[in-house]
Amino acid sequence: MTAQQTANPAAPAEAAALPEHLTGAEMVVRALVDQGVEVMFGYPGGAVLPIYDALFQDNEAHGPRLRHILVRHEQGAAHAAEGYARSTGKPGVVLVTSGPGATNAITGIVDALMDSIPMIVLTGQVPTHLIGTDAFQEADTVGITRACTKHNYLVKDVRDLPRILHEAFHIATSGRPGPVLIDIPKDVQFSRGDYQGPDEVVFGHGYAPRTKGDPARIAEAARLIAGARRPIFYTGGGVINAGPNASALLREFAAMTGAPVTSTLMGLGAFPAADPAWLGMVGMHGTFEANNAMHDCDVMVCVGARFDDRVTGRLDAFSPGSKKIHIDIDASSINKNVRVDIGIVGDAASVLEDLIAAWKAEGCRANRQALDEWWRQIDGWRAVQCLRYARGGETIKPQLAIERLYALTRDRDTYITTEVGQHQMWAAQFYRFQEPNRWMTSGGLGTMGYGLPAALGVQLAHPESLVVDIAGEASIQMCIQEMSTAVQYGLPVKIFILNNEWMGMVRQWQELLHGQRYSHSYSESLPDFVKLAEAYGAKGLRCSDPAELDEKIREMIDHPGPVIFDCRVEKSENCLPMIPSGKAHNEMILPEELENLGSVIDDAGRKLV
Amino acid sequence: MTDPVLPSQPASAYDLAHETEVESLATFALLVDNEAGVLHRVVGLFAARGYNIESLTVAETDRKSHTSRITVVTRGAPHVLEQIEAQLEKVVSVRRVHDVTRDPNGVERELALIKVRGAGADRVEALRVAEIFRARVIDTTSTSFVFEITGAPGKIDSFVELMRPLGLVELSRTGVLSIERGAEGM
Repeated sequence: MTAQQTANPAAPAEAAALPEHLTGAEMVVRALVDQGVEVMFGYPGGAVLPIYDALFQDNEAHGPRLRHILVRHEQGAAHAAEGYARSTGKPGVVLVTSGPGATNAITGIVDALMDSIPMIVLTGQVPTHLIGTDAFQEADTVGITRACTKHNYLVKDVRDLPRILHEAFHIATSGRPGPVLIDIPKDVQFSRGDYQGPDEVVFGHGYAPRTKGDPARIAEAARLIAGARRPIFYTGGGVINAGPNASALLREFAAMTGAPVTSTLMGLGAFPAADPAWLGMVGMHGTFEANNAMHDCDVMVCVGARFDDRVTGRLDAFSPGSKKIHIDIDASSINKNVRVDIGIVGDAASVLEDLIAAWKAEGCRANRQALDEWWRQIDGWRAVQCLRYARGGETIKPQLAIERLYALTRDRDTYITTEVGQHQMWAAQFYRFQEPNRWMTSGGLGTMGYGLPAALGVQLAHPESLVVDIAGEASIQMCIQEMSTAVQYGLPVKIFILNNEWMGMVRQWQELLHGQRYSHSYSESLPDFVKLAEAYGAKGLRCSDPAELDEKIREMIDHPGPVIFDCRVEKSENCLPMIPSGKAHNEMILPEELENLGSVIDDAGRKLV
Repeated sequence: MTDPVLPSQPASAYDLAHETEVESLATFALLVDNEAGVLHRVVGLFAARGYNIESLTVAETDRKSHTSRITVVTRGAPHVLEQIEAQLEKVVSVRRVHDVTRDPNGVERELALIKVRGAGADRVEALRVAEIFRARVIDTTSTSFVFEITGAPGKIDSFVELMRPLGLVELSRTGVLSIERGAEGM
């Protein structure tokens, strides 16, 4: 007897227990729904048409329970998924076709890998019998992406598809998050098999990330922190990835220890900028107080950061006198760049919780007297006012633009994304983040073109919020096509361009390190951004007068649709302070020392990135 | 404000390789999921991060549980070897990583096929040395032998060096295989 023959209203449970016979394409849609996916970003093409068809039919049958956002370039899909993921903590989902669809998405996939963003990338592939024949729009997608995904799959049999789909979500979102790609040949999308739900599949891998830290090391760490005279917290994107609870625990533990807190670019917002213990960002364009405190501390507590070269500066002079505790979910991050004294593998929230418990259990008490001394020293560094800049000229200083943007948006429910370059560093320095998940930027890979599509992803997740992409006039042109997406879906993102007519960071390095030979860094033949916005059906604004800045920013915020704001800023402004290449944390260059910066960086430093 | 910089000191992450730690050989045994591309994942990791591969062997070892065993011999400073182990453990398809070299119970063996051409006294000497090394003759012509030898890589190296002046023509080695002494499996 078949299921249909036996099924009757009296025995619905029995009927439901039988597996559903679905096509591969239907399984994809069904698995996304079962995984709680509400929004995905993609672009159709020959090898994914069955999935697009299944999506269409699912929408007909169930309404838009799974929304698909049509981007204008697959790179945009990947960055939009990143923005969505980073602002929600949920995985971002991308659907693209074979060949160029997959290769176009790769920049966004690498970006997600570097910044530990959970992402599922579904790619179409030519039918299995054509694989290896150089078929139309064929690319060795799993081969190409093996090095830039956390894991990837080529599905050769529809019977494996349900397991792979659910396993991909598990791998992407657990442990150190990252992108997982599933390459699905067109014939597999058409063939039928039994669908299994997330709780029914048996994972095929021995993958089991460790999230709980070693209790003995945690107790040892608590004692070390309690004995510190000059402690510091150095936190990173891992705290954001561990969820809002990790940020709350960080705040709690930092308050118990009385230690100052700094963070990497990726970690901004985990600790509130308004807190007196906040030192600002660490690293190449971090603050004078954060970098000097990192250099002079005696106990460094690194939580969810990875001692990246932008943070450490010269490695052999990195915080030479300190004992270092490193909490990271990725065991390979510990002792990779910097040797630490206590390495704790685990989830930031879990370990911080255990650290607080250990602190109490061990009866730890901070050394208030030593801390007072430490804070006096820090106040001395703060008095330098490393972020000061010349005010009151006739041009808009880029720092002023960010300060005013912050002042006029701080009381709103605001999310900030950025492109990459000077504007990104000024945003990190001058926009004061109070909460996690509010700051989306391309840290590890440094991808120009990230900010606009990421803003679309954020806006979709938070339709009522204000989403601003702080951009440069060069970066914004790398994914400007997504304006069309913004207009199509009525996503009122605000693109705030600090337009200095230069690839600012390139120009800055050429000025300081290459004898002011500005090789190909001038933004020649710029579009009229106001007209460009209008051409897309959005609003364009321009401002070059500091006196009009507030009014224009308000106009931008108040406009109900997408806006491109062409903010004409001082062209030759440099981003400071700065740790020159090959120098240590306590060798920062402050604004007034700029004149001789070229002579400060030696030949070895010149060769570094 | 500038400290004297010793040229041997690393100035950034990019210069880590210039550290003067002593390099040594290490053999890692990996149990991996036997699936398409798994070897590429391991080899790609070594290539992408600039680690050396001195030898590599791979074959399916358990059809039922879809596992293969990869034995890879690499060379590096202690902190590099530690990093290689951690990076390998991170690969989703890798189930177990075992550092055979640093395990006192680790056993390493290799098989080699060696062709030697010669006549007269050299031919007699080749056969005599082969007996000492317990190499087997698996092919012979009036002017040549093919020897099969197994043993620790060092033993094979010695045998090869002795065969070189006696007319060594061709050499084929499997690369290192490994296992642990005792009753327990990996």
